[in-house]
Amino acid sequence: MALDRWIALAFVALCCVYGYAAFFTMDHLLPPILQRNPVWPSTFPKILSIAGIIVGLMVLFSKKPAAAGAAPKDGAIDITRLGDYHIWQAISLLVLMVAYAFLLRPIGFLAATVGFLAVGGAILGERKFHILIPVAALAAGCIWYLVQEVLGIFLSPLPAFL
Amino acid sequence: MLEGILIGLATAVTPFNLVMVVAGCLIGTLIGMLPGLGPMSIIAIMIPVAIGLGDPTSALILLSGVYYGAIFGGSTSSILLNAPGVAGTVASAFDGYPMARKGLAGKALTIAAISSFAGGTIGAILLMIFAPALSSVALLFHSAEYFALMVVGLSAIAAFAGTGQVGKALMMTILGLIMGTVGEGALSNTARFTMGIMDLQSGFSFITLAMAMFALPEALFLVMNPARSANSGGGKITNLRITRAEARTIAPVIGRQSLQGFFIGVLPGAGATIASFLGYAVERNIAPKHEQDEFGKGSIKGLAAPETANNAACTGSFVPLLTLGIPGSGTTAILLGALIALNVTPGPRLMTDEPQVFWAVIISMYIGNLVLLILNLPLIPYIAKILSIPRNYLIPFILFFTLMGSYIGQNNSTELLILVGFGVVATILRFADYPLAPLLIGFILGTMLEDNFSRAMQLYRGFSFILERPMTLALLVLAVILVLLPSYRAMRARKRAEGVADGD
Repeated sequence: MALDRWIALAFVALCCVYGYAAFFTMDHLLPPILQRNPVWPSTFPKILSIAGIIVGLMVLFSKKPAAAGAAPKDGAIDITRLGDYHIWQAISLLVLMVAYAFLLRPIGFLAATVGFLAVGGAILGERKFHILIPVAALAAGCIWYLVQEVLGIFLSPLPAFL
Repeated sequence: MLEGILIGLATAVTPFNLVMVVAGCLIGTLIGMLPGLGPMSIIAIMIPVAIGLGDPTSALILLSGVYYGAIFGGSTSSILLNAPGVAGTVASAFDGYPMARKGLAGKALTIAAISSFAGGTIGAILLMIFAPALSSVALLFHSAEYFALMVVGLSAIAAFAGTGQVGKALMMTILGLIMGTVGEGALSNTARFTMGIMDLQSGFSFITLAMAMFALPEALFLVMNPARSANSGGGKITNLRITRAEARTIAPVIGRQSLQGFFIGVLPGAGATIASFLGYAVERNIAPKHEQDEFGKGSIKGLAAPETANNAACTGSFVPLLTLGIPGSGTTAILLGALIALNVTPGPRLMTDEPQVFWAVIISMYIGNLVLLILNLPLIPYIAKILSIPRNYLIPFILFFTLMGSYIGQNNSTELLILVGFGVVATILRFADYPLAPLLIGFILGTMLEDNFSRAMQLYRGFSFILERPMTLALLVLAVILVLLPSYRAMRARKRAEGVADGD
């Protein structure tokens, strides 16, 4: 089964869960006065879940259009050869982003950002650290200044314990 | 209208707003030039900055400057590198790149700049004429019609998604609508589908979603496939001048494509991309025989047509946004989200309630186009240097800006985890060729759709509003036809391919 059908299947499953929540778990919480209303908080989700299941099943079971000589577009990703791409770099960068999310508060904006930019560059294969780290530090400083001073949004620059 | 123009001038020509136009155009051009970063990603990245400005007029001026700057920048990389930064400028590479290879890069850029300028300016004039008329009609609409109109818009977006994509686009739209119901619901203020997570109480943040849907997958694609940002290092750009004869050749093309592009842009779902391809095809078909052969080998008409059409369509896509409050494309959906965040609700009342926003945006479109022409043309050889930023530096920065954008909106690091999670989902969806713009449009329209639906239901005590209001019924029927037509045609095509005779 092709990836797009797996996604359609997952979508149908999601709609079933969503529909279950809408049909069976929401209405008893409604105060009696609101039950006289023609539209309940669950009305729209109910419609959506039914429509979603129908459309999802249509995508799941529809025939694939004959891809007449579908030449892969330049720069497009061919899913069947996923291993040929720099998939580990992409995954490492995602892990790095998650790490950034967890470290941002504890070690402060400046340290987290310099770390993120430098490690990100290193993951991509940059080895000239004497350029990379100053660039990252400069960028982090400039962005902190712009966000904090110009836009007036508070960003704690230093680690939480300072 | 004259009064409106004066209000607009008074607002747009303040020093601060002028700076915003210039900054928006420059930023848009710079980032739009990078292959893979489309206007949606750029605008998504710029939204926190725009919201930080606090003034809706300046914010919209900045963002629309970024929008056409991005389209213009995209054509630069199309022409110089054959690497379109934006889907709407793919058609510009058909003739622009051959011209550049012949050593006429300077001329090609000039033609692109002039066509963009003309398309954008004529589009702005048409917008000024049509938007007020349309919004006075729109004032007659009730919530029932609004509901139906949004359904039409959403199904049109699915219907224009291309063959074999209609079902997928519909699926994505519904997914967007479902995501829109998370958080506190319309009319009742009860939290729905939050799974007990406090951070979801106010729903998903639309900036996070926009970043996750566009900027993050693009960046990951750039990481995975370095060929996408292949740098063939464009040669020297010289001789920006075009001759009088050439100007005469492209003038009628520009005239036709401005009109055609604008009206295609007005249609929901059909944005700059379709306008540019259609413009290219139309001009090739109506050109005389000897000129037809030139197309694809460096025809100036073939470059002027998509460049005019895509800019006119960008302007055209503002019509449904500003008059009905219904975005017709992913980019205008993001703009709508930004406006709502700034407490401005686009729609027919915009022109009466906040005329300065409406007119200042139109005036800033003229100024923006002028800025693009006079500022960028001489600077292009220097701006094009951005194409040589090494990707080892570029990609961490793009990722960092997506993180920053969703963080400073909420000041909450849970938002960053949501961003990464949705980014991964969006990348998988992109792998399977699911269109993502319908998802975002569905998400943004979801709340409004439900609000109007609920209001209509309450007014008519049930579903009878569909039958009692002929306009609503007609619009809903139109929506059904829009969705069914492509699948009917695809079915017939498949039957014909199998050798089964048509019924008729």
